[in-house]
Amino acid sequence: MKNPLDSLWGTVISGVVLTVIFFYVAQWLVGRGAGA
Amino acid sequence: MEALEGAVLRWVHVLVGIMWIGLLYFFNFVNAEASKQANAAGEGAPIGKYIVPRALFFFRWAAVLTWVVGAGLLSTMTSASGLNGFLAAFGLQGEFAPIGLGAWMGTIMLFNVWALIWPNQQKILGMKPATDEEKAKARRIAFLASRANTMLSIPMLWFMVTGPHQNIYH
Repeated sequence: MKNPLDSLWGTVISGVVLTVIFFYVAQWLVGRGAGA
Repeated sequence: MEALEGAVLRWVHVLVGIMWIGLLYFFNFVNAEASKQANAAGEGAPIGKYIVPRALFFFRWAAVLTWVVGAGLLSTMTSASGLNGFLAAFGLQGEFAPIGLGAWMGTIMLFNVWALIWPNQQKILGMKPATDEEKAKARRIAFLASRANTMLSIPMLWFMVTGPHQNIYH
């Protein structure tokens, strides 16, 4: 499999995908704090 | 006075952060391809001699200042549970979790700059002795670390700008 970091588009798309994943992680973390 | 201190720290954090990430984008979006083309034309030497060392100087020290001032800014804050903002952010606690995720990404990026990009760039630029094989390896490591930082800058900046806007996380 090709390393996405070898292309600029692959790098940018990977960054956007990570943003979406971590957005939900942040939502979960904030919700966990509010429920505590 | 406390509010003014926070505003000044935030302002300096953004200023030096622009210099750091701006130079990171210069390396990745402009210089990498331009150097490749210049080297192929036999005209790449001035870039390595005059541009990259100067850009790397501001790049690596702006990274340090961005982190230190950001850490200072967090330290001026207090979480709802009474924890110092720096500890709450890095501990991913409650309302500090989003900015904390950004802070962790920025920390990984700072590590990449000083532990991977800079030592390997010194070999590539001839500031440290290295064989051709070592230079080729250094080029690959520095390239991937720089690309990893470009990738991480995208979610990092998301959390930097959305961290104080809590309503999107509820």
